[in-house]
Amino acid sequence: MQATDGRWPQVIYQVLRAGNVEQVVYVPDAGHGALIDMMLADERVHTTLLTTEEEGIAIASGAWLGGQRTALLTQSSGVGNCINTLSLVANCRFPLLMLVTMRGEWAEFNPWQVPMGAATRPVLAAMQVKTLPVETAADIEDTVSSAMMLAFEAGQAVAVLLSQRMLGRKEW
Amino acid sequence: MVVVGDAQSSAKLDRRAVVRELLRQRGDMLVVTGLGSASYDVFDAGDNEANFYLWGAMGSAALVGLGLALAQPERPVAVITGDGEQLMGMGGLATIAVKRPGNLSIVVLDNGRFGETGMQLSHTAYGVDLHRVADCAGFPLSLDLRTMEQVRELQPHLLRTEGGPRLATIRIVAEAQKRALPPRDGVYLKNRFRRHLGFAVS
Repeated sequence: MQATDGRWPQVIYQVLRAGNVEQVVYVPDAGHGALIDMMLADERVHTTLLTTEEEGIAIASGAWLGGQRTALLTQSSGVGNCINTLSLVANCRFPLLMLVTMRGEWAEFNPWQVPMGAATRPVLAAMQVKTLPVETAADIEDTVSSAMMLAFEAGQAVAVLLSQRMLGRKEW
Repeated sequence: MVVVGDAQSSAKLDRRAVVRELLRQRGDMLVVTGLGSASYDVFDAGDNEANFYLWGAMGSAALVGLGLALAQPERPVAVITGDGEQLMGMGGLATIAVKRPGNLSIVVLDNGRFGETGMQLSHTAYGVDLHRVADCAGFPLSLDLRTMEQVRELQPHLLRTEGGPRLATIRIVAEAQKRALPPRDGVYLKNRFRRHLGFAVS
């Protein structure tokens, strides 16, 4: 994995911490790898390793009940796992901040990533989650901070979609 | 072939009486309920601003409890759910075991049935033991309770903020109860819970 701008995980980390995100829930992911490592190294952040992505929706909802902000880090393939659990967010109008690394949309080697990559936006839209795409690293800071405000101030469910083109080619 | 486990066929405990006992002296316990009968049982024991009832998102109750327990380490958090609901979130028991929240307890009211859909047999009726799953995942305390005396012994553990996570299966009689329906408005339930904890409703 090579990023077009190697600093963007650091930018996301700083924006999330400045916005007082105190819980981070994640599944292992190459695209989010550097960000996950930074969160793991931050003792003020509860990091929770998930067995499947929908667990993160539930944990983020419980964290908000208890007064904490959460970011869910996932691949586009994991978005599909979240569908029914997103009814919890929609019914209770919980804030939700998802950071989604896209697969199956650019220089993809693995055809099994393509269907869910193509379905990511319509699935999220169907479950009332607003999507904010990021095509270049230069837009990350502004987009993530906007998503945070939408989520935690306006009480919306928001997913930032980090494009595969920006993430760089996976080497096989 | 249907093989109903001995644990279910010999169960004698009444679910409503069990939940009333668990919540009789609840102190500052925060309670999350799994959808279906567990939500009705907790509501029947007495509605409370510190209750958050799930009506859907099956498999999520224990994980809502995890997020809450991490955010509120000074408060004991009890998740009260059923065997079917917890079976749908079995991977979550691994997630909780690894995170090891000392203030989280999970109570599984186990009748070996999917009550909401017509009392069909669940996996626990065929011998899957959720307390053993929790034990193998690494929960510091996992229990399998069959008597009211054991339930009374469990109760003080639910008020502890250290030593968890705990999981107890409680074998209850497989019979439908009169429904006691808590509010279904999720925004209302969220806001009153957060207000109880002192957060402004914006």
